[in-house]
Amino acid sequence: MDKILVGLKRVVDYNVRVRVKNDGSGVETAGVKMSINPFDEIALEEALLIKERGDASEVIVVSIGATESQQQLRTGLAMGADRAILIETAESIDTLSCARALLEVINREDPGLVILGKQAIDNDNIQTGQMLAALWNRPQATFVSHLEFDGDQARVTREIDVGMEIIEVDLPAVITADLRLNEPRYVKLPDIMKAKKKPLEEIPLADLGIEAGPKISQSSFEPPAEREKGVMVDDVQSLMVALKDKGLV
Amino acid sequence: MSKILIIAEHDGAVLNQSTAKVVACAAGIDGAEIDIAVFAASAAQVAAEAATLESVARVLTIENEANQHALAATLAPQIVAIAAGYSHVFGPSTTFGKDLMPRVAALLGVNQVSDIMSVVGSHTFKRPIYAGSVVVTMEAPADVPVVATVRTASYPAVGGGNAAAIENVDINVDLPQHTRYIELQAGSSDRPDLQTAGTVVAGGRALASAENFELIYTLANKLGAGVGATRAAVDAGYVPNETQVGQTGKIIAPELYIAIGISGAIQHLTGIKDAGTIVAINKDEEAPIFEVADIGLVGDLFNIVPELTEALGS
Repeated sequence: MDKILVGLKRVVDYNVRVRVKNDGSGVETAGVKMSINPFDEIALEEALLIKERGDASEVIVVSIGATESQQQLRTGLAMGADRAILIETAESIDTLSCARALLEVINREDPGLVILGKQAIDNDNIQTGQMLAALWNRPQATFVSHLEFDGDQARVTREIDVGMEIIEVDLPAVITADLRLNEPRYVKLPDIMKAKKKPLEEIPLADLGIEAGPKISQSSFEPPAEREKGVMVDDVQSLMVALKDKGLV
Repeated sequence: MSKILIIAEHDGAVLNQSTAKVVACAAGIDGAEIDIAVFAASAAQVAAEAATLESVARVLTIENEANQHALAATLAPQIVAIAAGYSHVFGPSTTFGKDLMPRVAALLGVNQVSDIMSVVGSHTFKRPIYAGSVVVTMEAPADVPVVATVRTASYPAVGGGNAAAIENVDINVDLPQHTRYIELQAGSSDRPDLQTAGTVVAGGRALASAENFELIYTLANKLGAGVGATRAAVDAGYVPNETQVGQTGKIIAPELYIAIGISGAIQHLTGIKDAGTIVAINKDEEAPIFEVADIGLVGDLFNIVPELTEALGS
């Protein structure tokens, strides 16, 4: 195939312990480390592997968000993507609008494959890939742990609740990457320098002319209910007593 | 009034318990009238089971050879075809529902509420974000259908004993041919299902090998328990992927969860915080798992687990 399009989302880093703002209006992100959503890194790694074995000629990374998302796109370019597109918006946008914006990029670029992460670790929505595939009227293969091509179709292994499901999809298609699809490479310093020269196109979201989805409003962010403090026991015998007291064994 | 359509999850023969949990969530909406849709090649058996669920008004069967296996691209347009007249379309937040429902939402031109953990009002719900570190209240617009997945660990399954009407529905929509089911590779196991087991024994990286996981299986067999694992244990290849519990694996709510050699990363804890009782066995007394454990025991799992297995008798 010619092009692979990969989505990269800027999210609060995996290792940050996220806290609710004191007034409950949102999540504290000021001064917090931001990174590429880990599943999106896996998506990009897969695209790079496909290109490196000669099954694609160009990998394009796309992000939707504020100007700061350029940092994550530069990291994606340093990993090996050929060019980047930032759909720029200062506002947080709903998932359907996000899928509509990605569809616009697809219409411009005509990729043979789109790979996204299976979920973003901030909102944990698990929606964008499926919505995009629906709007594009193309196949979706979510939670993918293995992918191989056979002409104009892909054979895909999906991690589902009961085991591994194998499906076959015609290309182009939307793939969403699960944890065990691959292990993303580390970025090397010379690649970071090289990435600065790679093209990064900025397109204001408003220029795409998409219709915003019916917005679901978010209010009242709160910490989850805490579990009550438990007891420590000294040995297996005391553990058995405690379990019997609760009627569990 | 809320008219709620629930998409049944099943394997062609048996209704998945996730469906009864989604019904429990839907029944928490005032004045809810609940229908269940069963898409299958042959729906009678699953529909009969769905019709017994409390609070269900009707079971709709949509039979088609193409519905033999649950493919989102095939099911979504059929769901859209019957969704008119419903104020809500719900599915479970299992891999089945997570795959399917956003495709339905996009075809209906709406956003989706993922992982409902509690119902505040007919269009207002609470859900976890950031691996359960934050609970947010979501309000969906009232003038479009609410498409949502239900966090099954937050709800008990509704009971049986009902005899809802079963109606066959004919749908005339073009189904895509671009997505084909090939096969399911499932580990053959007569062990209880992780998502419905009353007791779950889980191991982490400290088990250190696939062979050592036998300790976990032996204890689980003694307790009639399901087996779970952390991402680290799955990534290391000690256990198959479907055992993974946490943010990116399964969210479970057993009565008893025994965490063995699990440190308790937040991404894992979000998968177990609805467990009735959490027992933690870990050699590191500072491990975060002890902050959520109801009963904690500090020590070497390689001594403690065989001793515990022995103490449970035969």
